[in-house]
Amino acid sequence: MKPDVSVIGPVQASIEQKLTVKLSPKSLTISNDSWQHRHHAAMRAEGGGNGETHFTVNIVSDEFRGKSTMQRHRMIYAALSEELAGSVHALSLYTKAPEEVEVVSQA
Amino acid sequence: MFRPILNSSLRIARPTASTVVKARLRAYRYLSQEARSTIQKAIEAKPLVLFMKGTPDAPQCGFSRAVVQVLDLHGVPPEKLQSYNVLEDPELRNGIKEFSEWPTIPQVYVNGEFIGGCDILIGMHQSGELETLLENSNIIPKAAEEPAQTTSS
Repeated sequence: MKPDVSVIGPVQASIEQKLTVKLSPKSLTISNDSWQHRHHAAMRAEGGGNGETHFTVNIVSDEFRGKSTMQRHRMIYAALSEELAGSVHALSLYTKAPEEVEVVSQA
Repeated sequence: MFRPILNSSLRIARPTASTVVKARLRAYRYLSQEARSTIQKAIEAKPLVLFMKGTPDAPQCGFSRAVVQVLDLHGVPPEKLQSYNVLEDPELRNGIKEFSEWPTIPQVYVNGEFIGGCDILIGMHQSGELETLLENSNIIPKAAEEPAQTTSS
């Protein structure tokens, strides 16, 4: 059932490009989790979605220094307002400043 | 009538970054005063208010489900919690997003203040902040006041 997630769709490419430009990340990993959510009522109503509806974003950026999690999430939402108004249905966000990274276990 | 609503909305805008305030002022254009007032009443209905997809007993989305489970884990009593199923009310679904300038559901409010969505709530749960917040907001009893209990995971 799981499709080849190594294929990067246009929406994912756009998310990557915008976050790279706006937040100059030290590291940025975006994974497409859309295939796990196709059964949702909302996704079923759209015929399973376009395959680019749910993403997880792991991002480390200097821009996050001194900001609360909510402020960081708002920065991402602001950068991706077009995508969120379009096909993107959900974003799981992991936002860190560079000095916070060592604390987190590498999952 | 306008003033109290404006004040309480600004109170929610505690992250004082100027960009956030600007974004919020822009949002006033999209949301009618009536809709804003309805939402303000909704978020103050109970000490803890959850906008979710589905109901606590039958969540329609994994992120909403996760929030319900975390609140359940902390023993939030039903009388302190008001949940709204945004799938049943498209106006509310769009209105709450504009109100909080937050594009996704679920959304959690404590004593009328926007706390965050699923990732933030789970992060606060893991760091212990959530328990402190719920205790200080008199939503759950303070753990320290209870006799030592065996903790179950």
